[in-house]
Amino acid sequence: MLQVNIPGLNLKNPIIPASGCFGFGREFGELYDLNLLGAIMIKATTLEARFGNYTPRVAETASGMLNAIGLQNPGLKKVIEEELEYLSNFTTPIIANVAGFSVEEYVEVAKVLSESPRVSALELNISCPNVKHGGIAFGTDARTAASLTEKVKKVSQVPVYVKLSPNVTNIVEIAEAIESAGADGLTMINTLLGMRLDLRTRRPILANGTGGLSGPAIKPVAIRMIYDVSQKVKIPIIGMGGIQSSEDVVEFLLAGASAVAVGTANFIDPYVCPKIIEELPSVLTKYGFKSIDECIGGSWKHGF
Amino acid sequence: MRTANSTIIEKDILIDNVVKISLKSDLVDLKIRPGQFVNILIGATGETTLRRPISVYEIDSENKSFTIIFRVEGKGTRLLSEKTVGEEVNILGPLGNGFPLDKVQKGQTVILVGGGIGIPPLYETSKQLKKLGANVIHILGFNTASDSFLIENFSELNKTYVSTVDGSFGQKGFVTDVIKRINLDYDYVFACGPKPMLKALENIMDNSKLYLSYEERMACGIGACFACVCKTKKSETDYKRVCKEGPVFLAGEVI
Repeated sequence: MLQVNIPGLNLKNPIIPASGCFGFGREFGELYDLNLLGAIMIKATTLEARFGNYTPRVAETASGMLNAIGLQNPGLKKVIEEELEYLSNFTTPIIANVAGFSVEEYVEVAKVLSESPRVSALELNISCPNVKHGGIAFGTDARTAASLTEKVKKVSQVPVYVKLSPNVTNIVEIAEAIESAGADGLTMINTLLGMRLDLRTRRPILANGTGGLSGPAIKPVAIRMIYDVSQKVKIPIIGMGGIQSSEDVVEFLLAGASAVAVGTANFIDPYVCPKIIEELPSVLTKYGFKSIDECIGGSWKHGF
Repeated sequence: MRTANSTIIEKDILIDNVVKISLKSDLVDLKIRPGQFVNILIGATGETTLRRPISVYEIDSENKSFTIIFRVEGKGTRLLSEKTVGEEVNILGPLGNGFPLDKVQKGQTVILVGGGIGIPPLYETSKQLKKLGANVIHILGFNTASDSFLIENFSELNKTYVSTVDGSFGQKGFVTDVIKRINLDYDYVFACGPKPMLKALENIMDNSKLYLSYEERMACGIGACFACVCKTKKSETDYKRVCKEGPVFLAGEVI
């Protein structure tokens, strides 16, 4: 009932922990069997190791949180040798998140990661709002995004999903350009750029100043964007943004997502993914669906 | 480490804004160690999102309960302080590594240094060190007499020195002034308190014997989100996570 097939990914269920909210799986592997998951989106990888931003890196908000981690990761070599090696203990498909500060870096990281037998698909991160250069700079202009997608597609051995930023005027235009450039799918949405101030110091709470807003606060934005984009592109969408429950999952599927990623909720309840997977069949049944496929795009497809 | 719904069995206000809560919890079966912490779900969706990391004050294995002491600082701790006996809260834990009690041998001297709301985790530490046969000395620092708490509890256990910044109780000044005055030989120092206090200790104590408990803003508490990282001297990109490798570090281990 929960099975979904999208390029490179035969998912036994549509629940995927989101990149940046699950490390490389080790910590959650202490809590439950990672094979329960539909797939795993691992933490963004850059060519060289990165420490990331100064702390504080997180700040709570109403119904959400801001983060400005700054793409901390051990670098491509260690991700392949240590993290993907650890993940070889599981059969769950791995979606590797590719980040960079130049076109050449994205292409190199994408090429090497895609050659790993453990990686089933790439998630091209052109939407990280927490680094000064790179990241979001590649994702807010349709032509730049399309050009990078094309170059990464040329070298990748596995399907490429491009992660979209919501911090744009017209997300449909960017999605269409990325589809034309050959992307196999989209993942959306990354975080919304935000800021919180400390009343005592009169300064931003985050050392980076701004951060990415995630959590239930951004769910309606994600739903609207997926609803708009999914009607204009033919490639599948992995939806994300504030998912906490099976009902949220159904809402994303109805909006037009084919699978979903769970992010911030992992920090609140580390067991949230297996919980959703367990509950999802009964919630689908409750709303009259016999399969995930039946639910996808149900909010705008004729006949519903 | 896992989550458990835990029931509040006792609640006390120690002084203004410092609250003590005891919880009946299955997490006690996981052998909580002194200096470890738990991450508490406040549960008021919309008002708070993340859990609140709070250190463990005392463990009562027989009664399957443990106690936390925290200061009301913001919305989350205020909501937690308003919970009543009988209410359930979801707790993730035990988290991090506590103080290295395994290094301490019978007859060795351990100085426990606490500042303000950093004092509570030293209580269970002191109890267990005493059980190990260590010679334990407490040095507790507060801003002022009316800010002070737990002095009696610590005094009942082991020799306790107190400092207040304004001199309204104990020695005037900081914990480091007490240390300089009593000039003790020691095998280990375990400390928890504000960052300036930890820095001051690093400056005057033997760093190979000094273990410091750090605090940092956290999200997950289990090492996955990389919010609470500290740099190390090893390299530009080397790091330790306060929640996972910490919160207790050997002096100089993190910058």
